[in-house]
Amino acid sequence: MTNAVSTAAAELDEPRRGTGTARFLLGKLGGAVASLLLVVALGFLLFRMIPGDPVTTLTRDRPTSPDQLALLRERLGVDKPLYQQFLDYAGGLFRGDLGTSYGYNRPVATLIGERLGPTLLLVGTATVLAVALGLWLGVRAAWRRGSLFDRTQTGIALTLWSMPQFWLGLLLLIATQGVFPSGGMRSPDTPPEFFPQLLDVAHHLVLPCVTLLAVIYAQYMLVMRSSLLGEMNAEYLTTARAKGLREDLVRRRHAVPNALLPTVTLVFLQFGLVVSGTVTVETVFSWPGLGLLTYEALRVPDLPLLQGVFVVMAGSVIVMNLIAEVLYRVLDPRVRAR
Amino acid sequence: MAAAVGAAVLVTGPFVPAAQAQNQGGTVLRVALVQEIDHLNPFLASFASSTMVGRMTWEFLTLPSAQDNTPAPGLAESWTTSPDKLTWTYHIRDGVKWSDGQPVTAKDAAYTFTRIMTDENAQEANGTYVENFESVTATDDHTLVIRTKTPQASMTALDVPIVPEHIWANQPDMTNPATDGVPVVGVGDGPFLITEYRPNELVRLKANPDYWRGKAKIDELQFITYKNSEAAVSALRNNEVDFVNRLTSTQFDTLKSAGGIATNQATGRRYRELILNHGAQTLSRQPIGDGNPVLKDVRVRQAIARALDPQTLVDKVLGGYGQTGGGIVPASFPTYHWEPPAGQKYTFDAAAANAQLDQAGYPRGADGTRVGPDGKPIELRLLGRASEDFAQRASDYVVSWLGDIGIRVTKQLVSDNEVDERTNNGNYDLAFSGWGTSPDPDYILSKQTCAALPAVAGSSSSTSFFCDPEFDRLYAAESTEFDPAQRADLVKQAQARYYSQVPSIVLDYDNVLEAYRSDNFASFTKQPADTGQIMEQSGYWGFYGATPAEGGSGGGGGLSTGAWIGIGAGIVVVLVIAGTAAGRRRKSADDTE
Repeated sequence: MTNAVSTAAAELDEPRRGTGTARFLLGKLGGAVASLLLVVALGFLLFRMIPGDPVTTLTRDRPTSPDQLALLRERLGVDKPLYQQFLDYAGGLFRGDLGTSYGYNRPVATLIGERLGPTLLLVGTATVLAVALGLWLGVRAAWRRGSLFDRTQTGIALTLWSMPQFWLGLLLLIATQGVFPSGGMRSPDTPPEFFPQLLDVAHHLVLPCVTLLAVIYAQYMLVMRSSLLGEMNAEYLTTARAKGLREDLVRRRHAVPNALLPTVTLVFLQFGLVVSGTVTVETVFSWPGLGLLTYEALRVPDLPLLQGVFVVMAGSVIVMNLIAEVLYRVLDPRVRAR
Repeated sequence: MAAAVGAAVLVTGPFVPAAQAQNQGGTVLRVALVQEIDHLNPFLASFASSTMVGRMTWEFLTLPSAQDNTPAPGLAESWTTSPDKLTWTYHIRDGVKWSDGQPVTAKDAAYTFTRIMTDENAQEANGTYVENFESVTATDDHTLVIRTKTPQASMTALDVPIVPEHIWANQPDMTNPATDGVPVVGVGDGPFLITEYRPNELVRLKANPDYWRGKAKIDELQFITYKNSEAAVSALRNNEVDFVNRLTSTQFDTLKSAGGIATNQATGRRYRELILNHGAQTLSRQPIGDGNPVLKDVRVRQAIARALDPQTLVDKVLGGYGQTGGGIVPASFPTYHWEPPAGQKYTFDAAAANAQLDQAGYPRGADGTRVGPDGKPIELRLLGRASEDFAQRASDYVVSWLGDIGIRVTKQLVSDNEVDERTNNGNYDLAFSGWGTSPDPDYILSKQTCAALPAVAGSSSSTSFFCDPEFDRLYAAESTEFDPAQRADLVKQAQARYYSQVPSIVLDYDNVLEAYRSDNFASFTKQPADTGQIMEQSGYWGFYGATPAEGGSGGGGGLSTGAWIGIGAGIVVVLVIAGTAAGRRRKSADDTE
């Protein structure tokens, strides 16, 4: 009996692998959608718990009559009961409508769309550089574990990692004294042609990018270092060496590709987090991206805008998580087989 | 690939500065804007930076003079009032043109006010100015007649930008984002015209060549956004901008000794205060909140006023950049400002404050804390904004000073919104607060009247829940008094009454701290003359009066030599890395396993 079952299972092995992938994908997708729904509901409640009436904060310090306040309440929809506000909000989300910002009086989706580009440019550039630098240093450090290089590099990376971005940014700003612009993404008087604009943006990108890079590369380096250390005593390396391969090739062709997996997933996991973590860097360097938008929205506070940014940022973390999990399965046959 | 891009950049690079030089036609004043812009649409614009841009763009009927803030002619050459003070006739200047060539007439002014009166969405920024208006009509192109419901003394201080009817009549929906666009806001008649708006980056204005007072001495005005005041200061040092305001005392002190930079320390238009919850209530006199009842006793409030030393706060917390207060009209408006005479002034004197509390029947308990009528020790909560340096540091002084007179104080430094929420609902005992004031005192006084009490809790437009028949009588008399000297006298009497009742203690008027590139700009027009501020004036005098320095570059963009070296070095590094990588790849391909 037991035998029959196990043979049946063995026979079913091939088709089951296909449904297994589909089920895996469906499960992960379902999990991601559930997390997103939770984020929407949480975001709504969270920002309703912030003390302060949005209308009075909006009109703080300027002449307003009670009639104006009432009108503003009606226009912003805050005069409705909470459940109605939530239904309106959730309904809007389904149509891709994130509501209208109090402070800017423009659709939140448009505002976020405008700011997404600069943030992706900043985060993208910093991530690419941080991954390259982190992997390179991580491999070197692991290969020469315990050496002076290893110890100093690990020390530097850890020090930078624990530094407040705000402080590091200001420090760089003061230290470079006028070599790079103090803020913004473009100079007012750059000619509209492509190359001058490109150069101008690149020039403005240097300081915020270096600040972000300095803080985030450490984790890539440390993960790469430890995962390579894990591979170092593997028998396949001994085999490779026994074949007479140069040490350099053993490292690059055999050890590093195997050690790369955790880092690849980390890149995707971190990318989502870095998007939301740019608030300080963008504030220091007046970079007109999502982080700065969040900072402004927090000061008002602009509830629809905060909600929108919250959903987009949390959404990016969830989506990146999903990609990382799927990618890990695709890249590593061992995970798939399990 | 990387090499190709690099080469292209290197080839194009050197020609860029030449192209830039061609782009700048004359003197540019670059101003760092630390505060954001909410709208350029003048009907909605309410942030200080936004209204400032509006002031540059559209002329007013009348505006406070640069000399001393007294009403000066703007679009209105002259004005008259009827004997019953209910009808105002403004004579609109002839020959003023909108930047698209159309003449500016009384009809534009009538349209502007009528639009605010009839379109609820257009009331957001300037609604209060027209609340008392009965009708606004243009009897001909040069005559504007405004009838008010009751006499209104502030009719020569209507801070409303007059917009072109032929542009705005085509904008039925005020809340449409298109009303912030250059095609709409670019048509003006002020000293500068908006030519480019990149939200969160830049507002560019060019000098209006047909401006009726004459073209400004500078050609272009740029407001460049900086979200971080340290970065703005750094931009000033690096000659990326010419003007920075809202400096902290530390920043101001370091800039004082910087080369090529001049500083301006001006008397401010804001007052800082400590509000005392002496019985928060609604318009229908329903008590709200949970304030300590002991503050209802005016003798306790006076004793608290005597126990505080505002001069120490100015010296230690504000770095000396402030002026101790008296009345709620700041010293920068000398016509209406009131200082308590020696006999009335609450001078810092713990002994006198203690004596007053002893006399009033608040004996000290066993632990030295005074006991209230209910037999409980007097404990007060002090509310402040955690985000504000002043509140953080000043609160320690207040705790210690009030401790000296037997009142125990607990600090509650919380978020801005929580401060707003709790003060609006009366859930506080003491709280740091402050207000900006305009040259006409009517508005700030109106905030202290019984009529400003909230209809329901949480919607307060009163600054300290003050409601006093004597103050209301003086306010009513002031707002309908048209003799300037008598009006000023009534305004001062109202402030004296406020001072004697101590609903709040005016701690100081903060100085406005500004700095500019003196190697690029020789001078600006201050308001008021000599002691006033340059940016964020009630008017456009500061930047309109900007005079470029002899031989100064007058600003101008372009990358510095250092920048070009930096970019060059970056490109070289990229090329080297790309080259090495390519070389290694080839080498490894040669190796065979």
